Amino acid sequence: MIRLFKVKEKQREAAENANGRAPVKKQSAGELRLHKDISELNLPKSTTISFPNGKDDLMNFEVSIRPDEGYYLGGTFLFTFQVSPIYPHEAPKVKCKTKVYHPNIDLEGNVCLNILREDWKPVLNINTIIYGLHHLFTQPNHEDPLNHDAAAVLRDNPKMFEVNVRRAMAGGYVGQTYFPRCM
Amino acid sequence: MDNHNSVSGENRWRDLDKLLVRPGNIVGPNFEPGPQLRDDLQAYAKVLVVGAGGLGCELLKDLALSGFRNLEVIDMDRIEVSNLNRQFLFRLQDVGKPKAEVAAMRVMERVSGVNIVPHFCRIEDKNIEFYGDFNIIALGLDSIEARSYINSVACSFLEYDSDDKPCEETIKPMVDGGTEGFKGHARVILPGITPCFECTIWLFPPQVKFPLCTLAETPRTAAHCIEYAHLIKWNEVHGGKSFDADDPEHMQWVYSEALKRAELFGISGVTYSLTQGVVKNIIPAIASTNAIISAACALEALKIATGFSKSLSNYLTYNGAEGLHTKVTEFWKDNDCLVCGPGVLIEVDSTTSLQKFIDLLREHPTLPISKPSMVHRGKNLYMQAPPILEEMTRSNLQLPLFDLMGRIPKDVIHVTGTVTLNDRKTSALRKLRIVFKGNVDGVADMDMAGGA
Repeated sequence: MIRLFKVKEKQREAAENANGRAPVKKQSAGELRLHKDISELNLPKSTTISFPNGKDDLMNFEVSIRPDEGYYLGGTFLFTFQVSPIYPHEAPKVKCKTKVYHPNIDLEGNVCLNILREDWKPVLNINTIIYGLHHLFTQPNHEDPLNHDAAAVLRDNPKMFEVNVRRAMAGGYVGQTYFPRCM
Repeated sequence: MDNHNSVSGENRWRDLDKLLVRPGNIVGPNFEPGPQLRDDLQAYAKVLVVGAGGLGCELLKDLALSGFRNLEVIDMDRIEVSNLNRQFLFRLQDVGKPKAEVAAMRVMERVSGVNIVPHFCRIEDKNIEFYGDFNIIALGLDSIEARSYINSVACSFLEYDSDDKPCEETIKPMVDGGTEGFKGHARVILPGITPCFECTIWLFPPQVKFPLCTLAETPRTAAHCIEYAHLIKWNEVHGGKSFDADDPEHMQWVYSEALKRAELFGISGVTYSLTQGVVKNIIPAIASTNAIISAACALEALKIATGFSKSLSNYLTYNGAEGLHTKVTEFWKDNDCLVCGPGVLIEVDSTTSLQKFIDLLREHPTLPISKPSMVHRGKNLYMQAPPILEEMTRSNLQLPLFDLMGRIPKDVIHVTGTVTLNDRKTSALRKLRIVFKGNVDGVADMDMAGGA
């Protein structure tokens, strides 16, 4: 309930107090939750995180993953994270910046990871996503294909898939597609 | 004959006066009936309408006709042809003009005595003082982001006394309307008293998102085809250019690509309007739903301003899809809410270093929180992890907290750390209200020095 007669008085006071108040940067609830996620990060080995806009912009960051086993051992893969102000109501937007021959990552960097889209829940966090991305490299999965050709090769001829992955990571062509070196 | 005169002179406020000049049994606690109340309402009550779309048009009209005379409206959009069926303040020749400006003009033309100031900009473009100026903020929005933003602004005015009771004069009331097709809600948010938007954000259902691989490999519905064109094909063809949902050419491109894909998989039902609906997450708006929800909101604004009746407590839902159903639910506020909750009051000496402050938090009787990471107004004071941020913030540990917080005598910081609950260690995010003791008048001195 506002009291109009108080409003009258306040209008007078407000004019006097308006000076000397520092401009306030509004912090969204999403930023606060992200602050918690980031300060509690427990990254897998050989994963690094960086903040291109400095220490006060946590909403945009990059994660580089070096898988320590499997087909992609030795490669380095860079992901960008964009976090919305209504995080964790909405999942972060994650893109793969390194061109990779992978059944679940397409050549534009779209990533098919269930927790980034249909299975995102607010109880999940940035750590969960990073572990999920790790998992994609140790367990690529031909059943959820984004790169149709890579998925078919993985399913039908794993040896050939392994050769293709090595060739792409060393910098070279797989079929018609050129992959820059990422080892 | 004298139709025009019936809304001027003595008769004009006949209906409003029935509410404002007569005593009643279910009135608010500060209700003082009488003609003076109407005069004060018109002279002093200042309302901001956020959004000049379907709900915003209704709200402006309703508030103006309810006796409010000082209104402002903010909206960043321009009028589109598709708005005209329900955003009744706009005409065909207005297409392309800013919604806020046309809406303000039209209502002022029709309702004498009302003054409406339009703001054609984003809500984030206004500073906090702008919002502080209003007695009530009425929301006619269609996004969670925008509501969340206004909510955090309104809650930032809230102050608590030393007993963690909200200070009445710092409460910035909001009335929030929302509609989706035949359904809608109207709610009253009195920060510190009723739940704020963030306390009940779980009320919103999660957004439906299809797995990317379904879109890429096994589309089954028209929506799958549209999302394929929007999320996958667009990037493939346009590379770095980002998709703009408000650009008709972009939308047309997505539509035609979706159509091709639907044909390929033998799927029917892809239309231009469905494409817009899926891409922009639009549910067709119904004019009558907007009118009903807006009326409920305007009434609540009038109640808050004058106290002629107790406020809605605190969340009304309306469903006109089958028959008609309305219900009022009283939600409870979350006392630990990071946005509207009181947080923990801590007094600190103005000379205390950040490191010393961290030690104090570990020993604090009600709080004890260890290994804290701290943020103040978007500035990270100290981060425990990851190592790169720890390193970047480590030098702050030796500096006085007062200086790190911009020498503001009292302000809020947020802390993430480890607390012990029932003998188990768990992580927690807490709001702290810091009040500095000792020599905190430096700010005034600095100001004077600057002014001299």
